[in-house]
Amino acid sequence: MQTPVSVRKLIKDYGEGPAAFRALDSVDLDVERGEVMLLMGPSGSGKTTLVSILGCILRPTSGSVRILGEEITHLKEKDLPRIRLSNIGFIFQGFNLFPTLTAEENVEMALDLKNIRGPEAKRRAHECLEMVGLSDKYTSFPADLSGGQKQRVAIARAIAGDPQVILADEPTAALDSQSGRMAMETLRDLAHRQDRAVVIVTHDNRVLEFGDRVVHIEDGRILRNSPATELRAPAPALTGTCTQCGATIV
Amino acid sequence: MPPLAVRNLFHDRVRLAVTLTGVVFAVVLIVVQLGLYLGFSHTTTALVDNSRADLWIVAKNVPYIEQGIPFSERKVYAVRATPGVAEAQNYIVRFSRWKRADGQEEATQIVGVNPESTMGQAWNIVAGKREDLKVDDSVFVDRIYFPKLGVHGLGDKAEIVGHRARVVGITQGLRSFTTSAYVFTNYRNALDYASLRDDQTMFILVKAQAGVNVGDLQRRLEAGLTDVDVLTRQQFSDMTRHYWMFTTGAGMAVLMAAALGLVVGVVVVAQTIYSTTMDHLREFGTLKAMGATNGYIYRVIMKQAVIAAVLGYALGIALSVFIVRESGKGGANIELPWQLGVGMFVVTVSMCVIAAFVSINKVTKLDPALVFKQ
Repeated sequence: MQTPVSVRKLIKDYGEGPAAFRALDSVDLDVERGEVMLLMGPSGSGKTTLVSILGCILRPTSGSVRILGEEITHLKEKDLPRIRLSNIGFIFQGFNLFPTLTAEENVEMALDLKNIRGPEAKRRAHECLEMVGLSDKYTSFPADLSGGQKQRVAIARAIAGDPQVILADEPTAALDSQSGRMAMETLRDLAHRQDRAVVIVTHDNRVLEFGDRVVHIEDGRILRNSPATELRAPAPALTGTCTQCGATIV
Repeated sequence: MPPLAVRNLFHDRVRLAVTLTGVVFAVVLIVVQLGLYLGFSHTTTALVDNSRADLWIVAKNVPYIEQGIPFSERKVYAVRATPGVAEAQNYIVRFSRWKRADGQEEATQIVGVNPESTMGQAWNIVAGKREDLKVDDSVFVDRIYFPKLGVHGLGDKAEIVGHRARVVGITQGLRSFTTSAYVFTNYRNALDYASLRDDQTMFILVKAQAGVNVGDLQRRLEAGLTDVDVLTRQQFSDMTRHYWMFTTGAGMAVLMAAALGLVVGVVVVAQTIYSTTMDHLREFGTLKAMGATNGYIYRVIMKQAVIAAVLGYALGIALSVFIVRESGKGGANIELPWQLGVGMFVVTVSMCVIAAFVSINKVTKLDPALVFKQ
């Protein structure tokens, strides 16, 4: 089975000449099915650039990016929307819902792009909203929903077209802790239960418990790529004898 | 497609009102100006177009009907003797002065006809009969000009250059392009009213025999007559229309106003649709990120433009019909034939679609990466 996302020797430069700036430097990365990968790092580290390239929104300067086995770096600009539409679902920090459409219409929008319309689109939109626990909010407008509910509509919209790769940009940043947890649980379920590859860009250490792997990026380079369990592991117990008082610490 | 275009359009009611106002303004301005142009155009040539004559014989180099020059009325005998002529009648159209009962004078255009002829008669007669004009001093006037002529109905009297005139017939909607009302009378009266000598006429109207080619007859008459031009009805109509519409600049003025309406409409609609697009730029960026092609987004914008066009057209044409009806009660002749209505619909939709291209240009250059920016 093909790796959903595979990146090799990825370089992205912005600008030219003396003003040139390297945002990504020889990045190698794989995201597997059923995996929640957390992409972490400080501001300006290259997270958003990387996720934009993975989402076929931004073109790299060099290197290889394969989405479900298809090399996208050689594709023409006009072919990229097809890749996004078929394989990738986006979730944004600001939700980016269409404020003039209801929850179900927001989800139907994603289906319409794939030429799924009418009763079939409605049925699938309801299915997706039900999956994220919003079966009572079909006809609600975004302005009438809480932040958490908006993010769940965004998740429903992202999965409506059945993409194998979900890219989420700071999905909990605008949410309170409880809504954030619910959103992360939903994203984790998408990976674990539905076998999708989920990449989450985040600053939020609270989401560590929902990740399977954490990739730490800084200055455009991957500094660490390790299972999330390593970061979640409790600190080793402090034991020994106090050198000053001789007391035993357990 | 979920109703994104409709909802975006109706979401901001104030902006929608501005958009529709722009479209309505353009529609009304264009319809009224083109209607005026059509009205002017038909008014200037009404006497010629309704003459039922196949040919008009006019003095040499007469440019239009109001500029007729008297010539010998005896030419009518030569015309009648020409093979292929079924009927030929002397005809007078000339400016004169109408003196109302209260002493006030008004300019009029005397139209002198043979009441027994089929050619050159008044039309749209709502009171009186054509034969009534056989009586001395009898005239037909149009109801529109009652206030101007100081009459109220049949039997009212006035004076035309010192000769008595009595209203024996009334027409409806026979407007003159100039401010001078048409006064139909018999040929004998017209000579007096128009201050012409008995041996003078202004025009000769000719009817060809059935089956005779009008072009051939025109050439025969031209060959047999001197110091006159022989024109088909269409030729004389075109010359008259061209004079009033373009030589005087009246037609160009209304056409320019119509063009201005179109420009104003395009600018207002372009500005408001562009403004709506800018407000929803992030949504269009989201659509692009989701995999929408530029074509898909163009359709959303185009749909907005077409909806604005249809709504604006409906309101604009309704207002135009009202204006046309109200103006008909006054002196203005604004015509709104169905062809103009249909044509205006096409123009309105085109106007809005052209206006939408400004927004489309912006969306084409839109970077979907903006969705990752807060």
